[in-house]
Amino acid sequence: MTTLERTAAPILFTMIYWLIAWNDSAIGWLAAVLYLPLLGLVMLLRGRERRLLVALFLIILALAGVYQLKAGIEAHTVATERAVRLARAGEPVEPVPGRSHFIREQENNFLKTRTFRSTSNQTVAVGIAAMGMTLVIISGGIDLSVGSVMALTCVMTAWCLKAGAAPVPAVLAGIALGGLCGLFNAAMITRLRVVPFIATLGMWGIARGLAKGIASEQKIDAPAGWLGEHVVVFQPKPAWLLVSPGVWTTLVLAAIVWAILRYTALGRYIFAIGSSEATARLCGIRVERIKLYLYTIAGLCTGLAGVMQFCRLTVGDPTTAIGAELDVIAAVVIGGGSLSGGEGSVFGSIIGALIMAFLRVGCDQVGVPTWVQEMIIGGVIVLAVALDQWRHRRMAGTR
Amino acid sequence: MIASANVPRLEMSGVRKRFGATVALDGVDLLVRPGEVHALIGENGAGKSTLMKVLSGALPADDGQMLLDGRPYRPAGPLDARRHGIAMIYQELNLAPHLTVEENVMLGIEDTVLGFLRRAPMRQRVTAALAQLHHPDIRPDVRVRDLSLGAQQLVEVARALAADARIILMDEPTSSLTRADVTHLFDLIRRLRDRGVSVVYISHFLEEVQRVADRFTVLRDGRVTGSGSVADTPTSRIIEMMVGRRLEEMFPRVPHAIGGPALCLEKLSGEPIPTDVSLTLHHGEILGVAGLIGAGRTELVRTVFGLAPVRSGRIRVLAVRGPETIDAGAAPARRLAQGIGMLSEDRKAEGLALPMSVADNITLSRLGAVGFAGLLSLRRQREAARRWIDRLDIRTQGPEQALWHLSGGNQQKVAFARLLHHDADVLLLDEPTRGIDVGAKVQIFRLIGELAAAGKAVLFVSSYLPELLGVCDRIAVMSRGRLVAVRPAAGWSEESIMAAATGGSS
Repeated sequence: MTTLERTAAPILFTMIYWLIAWNDSAIGWLAAVLYLPLLGLVMLLRGRERRLLVALFLIILALAGVYQLKAGIEAHTVATERAVRLARAGEPVEPVPGRSHFIREQENNFLKTRTFRSTSNQTVAVGIAAMGMTLVIISGGIDLSVGSVMALTCVMTAWCLKAGAAPVPAVLAGIALGGLCGLFNAAMITRLRVVPFIATLGMWGIARGLAKGIASEQKIDAPAGWLGEHVVVFQPKPAWLLVSPGVWTTLVLAAIVWAILRYTALGRYIFAIGSSEATARLCGIRVERIKLYLYTIAGLCTGLAGVMQFCRLTVGDPTTAIGAELDVIAAVVIGGGSLSGGEGSVFGSIIGALIMAFLRVGCDQVGVPTWVQEMIIGGVIVLAVALDQWRHRRMAGTR
Repeated sequence: MIASANVPRLEMSGVRKRFGATVALDGVDLLVRPGEVHALIGENGAGKSTLMKVLSGALPADDGQMLLDGRPYRPAGPLDARRHGIAMIYQELNLAPHLTVEENVMLGIEDTVLGFLRRAPMRQRVTAALAQLHHPDIRPDVRVRDLSLGAQQLVEVARALAADARIILMDEPTSSLTRADVTHLFDLIRRLRDRGVSVVYISHFLEEVQRVADRFTVLRDGRVTGSGSVADTPTSRIIEMMVGRRLEEMFPRVPHAIGGPALCLEKLSGEPIPTDVSLTLHHGEILGVAGLIGAGRTELVRTVFGLAPVRSGRIRVLAVRGPETIDAGAAPARRLAQGIGMLSEDRKAEGLALPMSVADNITLSRLGAVGFAGLLSLRRQREAARRWIDRLDIRTQGPEQALWHLSGGNQQKVAFARLLHHDADVLLLDEPTRGIDVGAKVQIFRLIGELAAAGKAVLFVSSYLPELLGVCDRIAVMSRGRLVAVRPAAGWSEESIMAAATGGSS
């Protein structure tokens, strides 16, 4: 790691944090308290993860800068036009200060905690599904059924609630159905020997169709109760939670998956299968059984993501999350996951999901049209993977 | 053939090539005369293949000069080399099995007008080339997949002849041929030599070199360590040039006593080979397995370990761990539980998980030893790895380093460390010294001896006969899936092993 990276990360981090504290005084004291532990966390991270974090900060800073520039220039234009109008009307006009004055004067709305809250809420479903996808991609597989299974579990939860079930059983039913889909994926892959791409492409169709069937091709209006009021909401109650319980759930799940990958034999086996399935077999690892476990865990994660989707929408929509699998895969891949297996990290995937979410929100705030946003995100995916490949080649070259 | 006898056909001087930090060729000189068979000898990883790739245009040299018939030669690519009359015949055949002999021979040098094939002149060239082979089976319209391996090898030669090759490079051409095919190929090589074609013959079978080559050059670690006339140089001298030390230092003997049986194969047959193999491996014994590529050595090991299905026969395991068992095949997990370990011949794709750390690779088959109930203790895993790193002298920055940063020899030691961490009683070693440097080889030979001295049973598969003769107590020879002979190592010589392996009487 270069000295630049070592010093750039904490400096950028400090700047961001300071900007937040400065712009939103309500959270200012908390920023001061959390600053040191968070800085410590950044220093603990290594290599690719720290690079990703730096990339995220750079994106946020750049967007914030662009936002401030744009808002300042707009304010300047408005003021000038007003001055011109007044002058034409023959009224006394004060001299309009230069553009830089307006840019400095702008309060940076982009960096307000409001933006962080709404962005983190938008990341919840993709982030949770990305945890399962991280496991699948590390094992050298892929899961294309994520979006459809999310819709299915979203509809299932709504259906249960409408049928009179209490919220907790409804949520559990949704998660369990996701796990069942994962199990079915694994059965197709290990028993029928269908490659993951095709097996989960099949599930992609099956789950979407089933979701539409259960919902009779309509949205299911269900009494969401506290699921809708508390889980993925803008203002969390109690207020000291700062971000919604959905975001906390994502973080806890990330910690669990991280621990599985790092501290359990299962995690090591998943890496081994992705690195080289032949090696795993040679070492006596029961490859089929491990795949069964990991696709089921991934399915459970997707199920939970579907439930979160329901909490956000408060209706069971069978057409929700179309194409979400691609967002989820992109998050994992930006985070350093390799589609040829053996590589990937929980932290990277979370950052990957955040990078995409911030690009979307930031572009919205700055006023970049949707079609340009899509092009930017496409470019970022290719760029992230190209950088990773370049790093690999360099490492192979210096061997 | 244009040049006079005084001008060398090929003169390479000071050729260098490096890959990152690895120096593959370090100032190599090679001189090949017109109408001579020149043997290029060296162990795996000595730089033979890199040198041939430089010559055939597949790799550019970093430095150095090449003269072809006295004129500077610097190929822009394989096609350019072919136009200069240099033809390469690789160890793995490069033929399209679904095309006919004629289509294969003319592939890439088709005679065309506006993209249309001119069939008559092409047929003439192919017929002329095939006529030199003196082989009745090889006719232009036969599909290549219907020919035997030996005949396919000859089709490659015909391809070189049709392109008017001045130099034919052959990379271990006999590794999959039967004895009759080898004789046929050698006759052809001699006829080509008499017509003025130069042949560069790569091999590490010294017996073959003596039969067919006129002169030789030995490569070791990317440098030339000797060259001369084959007739005037004793074999032992050539071996010393290859390994860079005296033979007794190369194969350190660790005294060990042979005990009771550890693994008995009873008429074991796999899918499709091996066929009817009966063999007993004892505790404290190093049993070598020799044979040509495709003779069924690797298949035998994989069948025993459960990576390939058993068709018939039984496997009796009498390892120290657990009770005696007899079965007709079991999964690798069960074999490992019985105390059988296997080292794969394909270190990169199967033997090791290169993206993972040294510690992970060493402990992977027995993670339970460094954890509890599926949870790992990273500290204990590191400690276990460090123990083996010290014990086997593995050069690494630490247990956390990813394996692809290590050299081939150190990677192979990690694969051994896994067997040791697993504490296997029966070790099935498939080509354990492939592609590693001489120093690491000596360490591995000593380790194998020490394992035998500790009462472990070792099955040692190798294509390199001197190491089998130098290390093993007994040697079994396989041919076409069958075990043809087992004898104490003292009763074998390179010639008799080759004779048995190529299907002659033993």
